[in-house]
Amino acid sequence: MTAAPDIAQEASPETRTTVDLDALYAASNIGEILDQLDRELVGLVPVKSRIREIAALLLIDQARRQLGLATDPPSLHMSFTGNPGTGKTTVARRMAGILHRLGYIRRDHVVSVTRDDLVGQYIGHTAPKTKEALKKAMGGVLFIDEAYYLYRPENERDYGQEAIEILLQVMEDHRADLVVILAGYKDRLETFFSSNPGMGSRIAHHVDFPDFRSDELLDIAGTMVAAWHYRLSDGATAAMRDYIERRMDQPRFANARSIRNALDRARLRQANRLFAKGGILDADALQTIEEADIRASRVFAQ
Amino acid sequence: MRLTQGQFSFLPDLTDDEIKQQITYALNQGWAVAVESTDDPHPRNIYWDMWGTPMFDIADAAGVMMEINACRKANKGKYIKVLAFDSQKGFESVRMSFIIDRPAEEKGFELIRSEGPGRKVDYTIRSYATEKPAGARY
Ligand SMILES: Nc1ncnc2c1ncn2[C@@H]1O[C@H](COP(=O)(O)OP(=O)(O)O)[C@@H](O)[C@H]1O
Ligand SMILES: [Mg+2]
Repeated sequence: MTAAPDIAQEASPETRTTVDLDALYAASNIGEILDQLDRELVGLVPVKSRIREIAALLLIDQARRQLGLATDPPSLHMSFTGNPGTGKTTVARRMAGILHRLGYIRRDHVVSVTRDDLVGQYIGHTAPKTKEALKKAMGGVLFIDEAYYLYRPENERDYGQEAIEILLQVMEDHRADLVVILAGYKDRLETFFSSNPGMGSRIAHHVDFPDFRSDELLDIAGTMVAAWHYRLSDGATAAMRDYIERRMDQPRFANARSIRNALDRARLRQANRLFAKGGILDADALQTIEEADIRASRVFAQ
Repeated sequence: MRLTQGQFSFLPDLTDDEIKQQITYALNQGWAVAVESTDDPHPRNIYWDMWGTPMFDIADAAGVMMEINACRKANKGKYIKVLAFDSQKGFESVRMSFIIDRPAEEKGFELIRSEGPGRKVDYTIRSYATEKPAGARY
């Protein structure tokens, strides 16, 4: 254990005049989780620096409280905006861990929902559904993906508005119990906030997820296959680089998700190739994705 | 007459913060919390009205408090208790039970003596509350 718990007992807030920030930092273990974030997530520089800022804010808040400087807990409802596959869901999962270690939320969990989980089909159906999701998320993070679908201005009887109102109430009354993260495309979420100013004004942190560059996507491919205990041969790495260049210009490109899907299919082809060949295999053959497994993709057909 | 059933019933009423702390303890043990209410507080009445099902999927006391407050709103002036159920094999039973709300005026119980042959006396108790039909008791 670190020194922090002792420090906490050393003096009451009234008598203490200094606080050891290093000890607080060590006790929170936050360094480890931020380093892990840096290591495991490729790119996302602006996102990572926002997370460091929020971590600093919470650490200073802890220090202030130790000296008896009264503060309302900062509001940490957030929006994550960016194109599909830019890591919004992945980062939201990490965010719960970070906020938990910094003592901002009590539980390290994320409840992930979309419109269908919150909005009902008939009168009286919406409130129980929304409350059910909120109850499950209490103490941790509620992640609402594609939050703008809650608001359907073209249908004035839409039950989404009811869900929004319940959310607003809980975001205001239960600030210490729940962090809400709204995610989706940037422009649509901005439109949503401008037509629901109550929601917009309760979101303190807007975090933007940029598209990945092609070299970052290649790095992501590397981390993904490594996590599955596969590897790309040199030829396959080169093929993957070509693949990424081509795929980025095609419709429905979804950043890291497209990479994951491509690798899933490469894995399938590798298995088929080995199966067709039969015979005795070593670990290396079972682990290696070859150039042909990538080049067989439809993307190279045109 | 103050009803004393379950845990903490000889203590002053628990505050919401204290209730939350007890629920947090139960959740940390992996027990599912449930809420029940009644207007028939006879000690042998084990069938209080369940408020929904036990909350197997709620991780934090703040979520349970939302249900408790909803139950309070719907059952003003009745007895309300919180239970914690342990589903672990071998226990499979209620591990905690405590009253969190009670009527402002508690009617108490009448002790009934019935004399039988040979001057043998049987005793039983009856809740004054149940003199009136359900719905009109508190
Ligand atoms: N920076 C990153 N580094 C490595 N893998 C990533 C990164 N961002 C996303 N991924 C992977 O890409 C996939 C899609 O990410 P996700 O978080 O679901 O995106 P979004 O929610 O923005 O659509 C996931 O499998 C995730 O593991
Ligand atoms: Mg997502």
